[in-house]
Amino acid sequence: MTARERIAGNVAGYVDDRTGAAKWMKKNLTKVFPDHWSFLLGEICLYSFVILLLSGTFLTFWFDPSMREVIYEGSYEPLQGLEMSAAYASTLDISFEVRGGLLMRQIHHWAALIFMVGIVVHLMRVYFTGAFRKPREFNWIIGVGLLTLGIVEGFLGYSLPDDLLSGTGIRIAEAIIQALPVVGSYLAFFAFGGAFPGVAFIPRIYTVHVLLLPGIFLALITVHLMLVWYQKHTQFPGPGRTEKNVVGYPLMPVYMAKAGGFFFIVFGVTAFLGAVASINPIWLYGPYTPGQVSAGSQPDWYMGWLDGLVRMAPPLETVTFGYTISWNILIPGLILPGIMFTGLALYPFIESWATGDKREHHLLDRPRNAPTRTAIGAMALTFTLVSLINGGNDIIATTFDLTINQMMWFSRIAIIVLPPLAYVITKRLCLSLQRADRDLVLHGRETGRLVRMPNGEFTEIHEPISPEKAWLLTSHEQLAPLELPEYDGAGVRRPAAIKNKIRNRISRSMATAVPKATETERKELEGHH
Amino acid sequence: MKQLSRLRRHRAAGPILLIFALFTIGTTFQVASAVDQEETSIAARSAAIDEGREIFLKGCSSCHGLNAEGGEIAPSLIGVGAASVDFQVATGRMPMADMSQQAMRKAPVYSAEEVNALAMYVASLAPGPKVPTEEMLNYERDGSVAEGGELFRTNCAMCHNFAAQGGALTQGKYAPTLMGVEPRHIYEAMITGPQAMPVFSDKTITPEEKLSIIKWIKSVEAEPQLGGAALGRVGPVTEGLLVWTLGIGLLIGVAVWLAMKAK
Repeated sequence: MTARERIAGNVAGYVDDRTGAAKWMKKNLTKVFPDHWSFLLGEICLYSFVILLLSGTFLTFWFDPSMREVIYEGSYEPLQGLEMSAAYASTLDISFEVRGGLLMRQIHHWAALIFMVGIVVHLMRVYFTGAFRKPREFNWIIGVGLLTLGIVEGFLGYSLPDDLLSGTGIRIAEAIIQALPVVGSYLAFFAFGGAFPGVAFIPRIYTVHVLLLPGIFLALITVHLMLVWYQKHTQFPGPGRTEKNVVGYPLMPVYMAKAGGFFFIVFGVTAFLGAVASINPIWLYGPYTPGQVSAGSQPDWYMGWLDGLVRMAPPLETVTFGYTISWNILIPGLILPGIMFTGLALYPFIESWATGDKREHHLLDRPRNAPTRTAIGAMALTFTLVSLINGGNDIIATTFDLTINQMMWFSRIAIIVLPPLAYVITKRLCLSLQRADRDLVLHGRETGRLVRMPNGEFTEIHEPISPEKAWLLTSHEQLAPLELPEYDGAGVRRPAAIKNKIRNRISRSMATAVPKATETERKELEGHH
Repeated sequence: MKQLSRLRRHRAAGPILLIFALFTIGTTFQVASAVDQEETSIAARSAAIDEGREIFLKGCSSCHGLNAEGGEIAPSLIGVGAASVDFQVATGRMPMADMSQQAMRKAPVYSAEEVNALAMYVASLAPGPKVPTEEMLNYERDGSVAEGGELFRTNCAMCHNFAAQGGALTQGKYAPTLMGVEPRHIYEAMITGPQAMPVFSDKTITPEEKLSIIKWIKSVEAEPQLGGAALGRVGPVTEGLLVWTLGIGLLIGVAVWLAMKAK
């Protein structure tokens, strides 16, 4: 035993005597994680959240969340002598007076964008591989909660500097609050402490932005990760991988190194963006006054699709009992997002209700093997993408010599036509891929070698695929559609007849598949090749 | 009478009379020489107006009418003033290349002298806004950059964007970028209101305020790209594009690499 080992052993023994950590550590440090690049997408969110906490803390040292009026006397000449809020002036000071302040501001903002991108791609991975199925439904709901809160948190951060762009955003948020029937104007007065813009809103959202929401984030992220730990990570199907095991590498040392390294890479990419690309140049926007607005005022991308929905809404308004209901804001600003987020959160339950599958799943689906789910996802993504594109309609119009009116009408039609089209195309694509898989298993790989037979026939040589690959292509199970009875044994219509009929229909759609190659079919064909 | 003779003998009578005489002579000389000057410039002006009319008949009248009275597809130019002509022609917007929603800025078709002649011809039809002189455009001396920024954000940013990069209007019309636009043309645009732009008369925005706006635009133009690549100064759209391409692209690339290494 070397001196170093003896010292390390003594320290470890000292700690273990007092905490009893050794047993726990031994168990958890050897925990195995499966390896796949897409399992690192969630880590992007975790690490950018850490970056957000660190850079955000730095920014709070100088940011003054106050609407107190000050005269700007800093070093940015085009704004010198102007009246502005202390919030805006202190953001200018962070950008121009504080050493490294602008870099930190930009890192914070880029990290926020990356955080949200990370959440969306992570969500896509979880959705399309069916990782949300039992027992992970709660974790899915927590994830949807993090996505929703992330949008809110990002918007609040965007609103804090009190520049012209953020003020415009707050104005739209106020309009959306006011669009709530009956209570809207009261809620707006409550949130703003009076009429817009007032002096209460910025200090209030500051507390929410730096204290309340980060606290909730920390709690939710902790639970999210603890559940991953407890339920173990899902894995892609493959030889030796079952519902009962996890094939991969132990946390210590492989994943410690990978995850630790990945943290620094995420930090590096964020810092790189913060150093080379300007984000939210608040000094150009100028201080907010309600009388001003800029062309091309957009929210950050994660709210861009909401803005796009509002932009394409036709001007619908009704007046009932002296109350104006602005459907043009209510529908795209509250009702549609409400439906989308609710649908997203409840999807695992809807799917298991439709398929009748209540079993645990730890092996992931290949997206093609769940055609209906994949198609629904493609449909939702198309919907969001069309509205996101319309959110930048003015920039796109000037860049590509289009007119805003063309963009708006394209979006209005596309938002209705394209999602169902995406559904149909995706489903067909999935089924085609299944057919290709079946073909591959039964007839092997096309080698491109053409051979002329003695009888003059030309034929291409097919090579059988490896057993591992064949296993991958045939190991998934294909669920039979539900056949819930509409009539009971005596031929009487059941009370749940209609419900059962609907379930049967959805389940038939969910179970659409090209029958996978079976072992007998393979054996039968073996003689041919 | 008594009163008059008393005044004549007043102590100040001599100096006052002297000043009066000098003033009269001076004024008379001034008027006489001015008349002389005006006579020569009238000749030069009518020559220029004639030249302008020639250019107009060749290049503009097919749309604007033989007497600039306007037609089906082009407005009357009577009373639009020299400033309008200078803005539209010297920036290459007129003559139009095609019948699109809005005349585009392009390389000017006419030389500076020809533009001047055209402007004088159109100005001769009826009075209108004049081309601002160099003296009127000394924005470095007469403008205030901070005030200009406020005025720009209040009056111009809603179409031209917060950093004067331009923006979209309805039906394919647009507010062009103001980067690289000559101060004279910015000034003329404000007083004549070309295309979809409203007129900002000297009552709404005084000449000094106009110079402040120009000074601010020039300061934005000269501003280095603080904080890294400016991404077009069009707001969050390009930022979102960058994070969805370069940002997540790099990160996913690294994730794929990390997952590969273990094999």
